[in-house]
Amino acid sequence: MSMTLTEKILAKASGRTHVDAGETVWVNVDVLMTHDVCGPPTIGIFKREFGEDAKVWDKDKVVIIPDHYIFTNDKYANRNVDILRAFSAEQGLPHFYDVGTERYKGVCHVAMPEEGFTRPGDVLFGTDSHTCTAGAFGQFATGIGNTDAGFILGTGKLWVKVPETMKFIFEGEIPPYIMAKDLILQIIGDIGVDGATYRAMEFAGDGVMNMDMEGRMTLTNMVIEAGGKNGVVEPDEVTFDYVRQRTDYEFTPFYNDPDAKYHSVRKYKSAELEPMVAKPHSPDNKATVREVINSPLNRAYIGSCTGGKITDFEAAAKIMKGQQVKMDTFVVPATTLVRDQLKTTTYDGETLWDIFLNAGAHMGEASCAACLGGPSDTFGRLQGEEICISTTNRNFPGRMGSKKSSVYLASPYTVAASAIAGKIADPRDYLPEEKVSATV
Amino acid sequence: MSKKITGKVFVVGNDIDTDQIIPAEHLVYSLDDPEERRYYGRYALSGVPEAQSGLPKGNIPFTPQDQFESEFKVIIGGKNFGCGSSREHAPFALQVAGAEAVIATGYARIFYRNAVDGGFIIPFESEEDLVKEFTTGDEVEIDRDNSVLNNLTSGKSYPLKKLGDVVKIVEAGGIFKYAEKNGMI
Ligand code: SF4
Repeated sequence: MSMTLTEKILAKASGRTHVDAGETVWVNVDVLMTHDVCGPPTIGIFKREFGEDAKVWDKDKVVIIPDHYIFTNDKYANRNVDILRAFSAEQGLPHFYDVGTERYKGVCHVAMPEEGFTRPGDVLFGTDSHTCTAGAFGQFATGIGNTDAGFILGTGKLWVKVPETMKFIFEGEIPPYIMAKDLILQIIGDIGVDGATYRAMEFAGDGVMNMDMEGRMTLTNMVIEAGGKNGVVEPDEVTFDYVRQRTDYEFTPFYNDPDAKYHSVRKYKSAELEPMVAKPHSPDNKATVREVINSPLNRAYIGSCTGGKITDFEAAAKIMKGQQVKMDTFVVPATTLVRDQLKTTTYDGETLWDIFLNAGAHMGEASCAACLGGPSDTFGRLQGEEICISTTNRNFPGRMGSKKSSVYLASPYTVAASAIAGKIADPRDYLPEEKVSATV
Repeated sequence: MSKKITGKVFVVGNDIDTDQIIPAEHLVYSLDDPEERRYYGRYALSGVPEAQSGLPKGNIPFTPQDQFESEFKVIIGGKNFGCGSSREHAPFALQVAGAEAVIATGYARIFYRNAVDGGFIIPFESEEDLVKEFTTGDEVEIDRDNSVLNNLTSGKSYPLKKLGDVVKIVEAGGIFKYAEKNGMI
């Protein structure tokens, strides 16, 4: 019987030869990830249920990455990191990335691949809805709540319902002014914020397979914005190269059977794609940039797990080099590695860091920062009636801090062009033809 | 767990995401400390824009901001209730505020799992969109045995979908109690 890639991973993890979409199965977990917001309550549940002296089921499989509320004076937020620190010490956890140390990383979904935890064929659960990002590596990865995570900490197992798969195929070369973010905003706009609820979303076609890992991660990151359970891209040499450079863990990649059953298949012609935005206040409120061009803005934000990777900044730098921003523009690298790369990667003879600084942007520390608002002293947080254009993934009311503000979601190209224009701008008007395809 | 849930309804719209259920800035309080956990009740549904809070009139806070508990036992929403982040603080906050059930035409997956596995609140689904059918403050009764929602104020009844697979976990009171009962832990 034929299976999809997601079905095969879940079959392996549940010790079966075959599973069907719709079945509920108990799976063995390869990695459990948590962070500073959901880690403390998860630990609380684990201790309440398994006892004060209980040990986690497998220390090597637990990854704790504080990233949400890091650079704040909020005493409760700081206490959360203290709880993670104490628990990691007590349990002797090798994969804890403590704040204020050399090991500190920043945004978990970008740090996970950097550290080799996103591996084809494995099962990853995380107490964060964007855990689905890791599906870019051909892993089954999805977000769960604290109770489920507490349960895994004690047992290494969890029940899941095997999802049906919706397939999205991009045919042909992606135009140089289009980024992965435009593809996913197009899809979410087409199917709606609940268009993939309970399902897997697979991204395929040469348009996708020609992307590097970071582009693929931008796609899988936002499947949750369509309600999806997990996102997935079939692993290939690009995947294997990336993973093998970061871990020597043995993994087993899976692929769709040629006659695997899908919930639906949608095809897009890459050449027809347009730069997209999601208008306030929902990720499915789609418009092409051309439809909203010149709309007023007074803030730009480049960062987060979906829009704060090094390739996102390389893109933004192509447009911002030698220019001045016309509104408050915040640049937040997802991780400390990305921050370091900003200082070493150059475009046209200047480091990305200097390009942004000289353009007048505010440079932040690696973390989630204002992507989800956070305590009132959070870097870049919206406090009033700002109209912001952002490379992040959610623009629900209040998401970036103020219920009165409005947020547009867009690609790093579109956000950078808008920062320079002071209003919504089309990257095609700001990307000089010869630079569009120049490698950084 | 009683088979009937009775009380007043609080009506909201479609796509109520977890930032509206409990805004991110309030996620810092302890879930165990009795003094602090009350704040989850105070701020439950405080992220819903005022005009959509307590439909059809709006401008009704779920929990008055000088209190920690809500007078509403049942929340009625449209589609995709609980979308957004994976924060379990969301169904937890509704429970701390005193709510016992949500009725919506559909849920975001993680919210649904959290509500059930944590034993916080029962997520019922209805085929029909009930947002326009109810006024915040109506007295209702949910009859779980027969999967029916009765509006005691208007006298009308509405079918609810059967809870299905998850009923065993709901009845056990969450995933831990379920696993214990079945000898898994
Ligand atoms: S960057 Fe934003 S979306 Fe990503 S994990 Fe942090 S808060 Fe969540």
